Amino acid sequence: MRGLTANGVAVDNTFAEAFGMRATAIIVTAPTRKWALEAVRSMIGFATSVIGCGCEAGIDMELAASETPDGRPGFRVMLFAVSSDELQKQLLKRVGQCVLTSPGSACFAALDATDRLKLGSALRYFGDGWQISKKLGGRHYWRVPVMDGEFVCEATTGLTKDAVGGGNLLLLAAGNDQALAAAEAAAAAMQAVPGIILPFPGGVVRSGSKIGSKYKGMIASTNDAYAPTLRAQVASALTADINAVLEIVIDGETSEAVAASMAAGLRAVIELGPERGALRVSAGNYGGKLGKFQYHLKDLLP
Amino acid sequence: MSRLTFTLLSEPPERLDLSPLVPARLASMAMHEVEKIRLGVSKHSLAVGDVFRLSGADVSAIVFEGGSRRFDCAGALLDSGTIRIAGDVGAQTGRRMSGGSILVEGSAGPHAGSGMSGGRLEILGDAGDFTGGPLAGELAGMSGGTLIVRGRAGDRAGDRMRRGLLAVLGGCGDYAASRMIAGTLAIVGGSGRMPGYLMRRGSILVDRMPQMLSPSFVESGAWDSVFASLADRHLIAEGIAQEPLLGRTVRRYCGDNAVLGKGEILVAAQGS
Repeated sequence: MRGLTANGVAVDNTFAEAFGMRATAIIVTAPTRKWALEAVRSMIGFATSVIGCGCEAGIDMELAASETPDGRPGFRVMLFAVSSDELQKQLLKRVGQCVLTSPGSACFAALDATDRLKLGSALRYFGDGWQISKKLGGRHYWRVPVMDGEFVCEATTGLTKDAVGGGNLLLLAAGNDQALAAAEAAAAAMQAVPGIILPFPGGVVRSGSKIGSKYKGMIASTNDAYAPTLRAQVASALTADINAVLEIVIDGETSEAVAASMAAGLRAVIELGPERGALRVSAGNYGGKLGKFQYHLKDLLP
Repeated sequence: MSRLTFTLLSEPPERLDLSPLVPARLASMAMHEVEKIRLGVSKHSLAVGDVFRLSGADVSAIVFEGGSRRFDCAGALLDSGTIRIAGDVGAQTGRRMSGGSILVEGSAGPHAGSGMSGGRLEILGDAGDFTGGPLAGELAGMSGGTLIVRGRAGDRAGDRMRRGLLAVLGGCGDYAASRMIAGTLAIVGGSGRMPGYLMRRGSILVDRMPQMLSPSFVESGAWDSVFASLADRHLIAEGIAQEPLLGRTVRRYCGDNAVLGKGEILVAAQGS
């Protein structure tokens, strides 16, 4: 599996395997950046993996007041799920419980597509008959009276079936400090690519999983091949110099966005070099049998 | 292909019904057939050729060089294409139009944009009474599209309006948005007495307090309104207004409580 070396960092000749997903995007705004961020952080909380959270969600990008529909600070948030039904359910629950409730918030569609998901057209019922429908220039808004004025929410948002979930990079380092430094550098570079989210805490996941388990009912369990403490006991993928591995998982609006993000992360890790960061970069796959998308690291090298 | 142009020869001696002169009805006609279309509504029965000199051939962009208060129903039932009238028009301009755009460079008579459901009608001068409103006996007025009056609109602008956006930038007369069902009426430059008379739902956006508010409207606070920002930004993006009409904080008056009472008059807080 050993491939090339770039700036002293070994890059495995392997690929990340990713899956087709359904995704949507909204813009959440508030009177200040602080409250926009509060609403968004609440909404994207507990949304790291579809395995246990129903959806994967994160901030795609921050928007300046001049870039949002209502001229206030905001964020573009993306949600990913395995089915349109689940995505619809998660969107309404999260916007209803976390954005509607947040002071001064408003919520707008942020994905242009013919397939639509309900947003304000379902949340409007909170208005108990006092909700107001407004159409301006082809866009449909609902105004729901709340205790600090009105919650304004666009009626629907777009749904894409071309989204990709599960793009990833594995960063293998000599120690924990170096692994974390590599992961932080990669996550920062990857987050800057538009149209993607990194659903795990800070964009980084330390508990990479394999499919299946020795226990009945567990659909995923620890990725023992990459666990340094099991090097002596399992068919390990780690050489003696590796003592910590961190993974970055990427969900993207399009396959191109995932590839661009992975390339940006790879570049950042290579620039950081093996002393301060990762000795080796790899990627997770299932032999190419399960996922529709494959991202070969050698194609993404700078 | 140059635009199909109707140049007015002289002030017509009778009222004219210009409703046949829209792209959809002229599309398959030869020029000599167009000249024979009857426009007059009296025993004179003037035809196109008696009133206008024709030039150009592109029926999707029609121009009237010269206008008259006797031009009725210009652009009626328009569904696509553009009509520009370099002059005044009479009653019912853009009546029941559903698409395309009409630009009146002069002033319009009563019932401009009556019952329109789509497209854009812009009047650079003033407009008469019942702008966007229904004809007698009809249940609803304007039901979509954008109607802009750059000058002053007469009484009862947006009567029985149901959907869409009506913007009046030079002030308007009494009973604006009377019997409004829903939709948005934006008024810059002040409105006369009793706007929103018997309105059920819908929004009237004004930059200052109306001359007289109906006693059946009740003040319900001033709050930082996201909708006001959206409306302001839409008006600017559409080239309708140059600056925000409402601003961040608006005062809301709910009414008309003589009927359903779910409508509102939003007044810019600095103007209230």
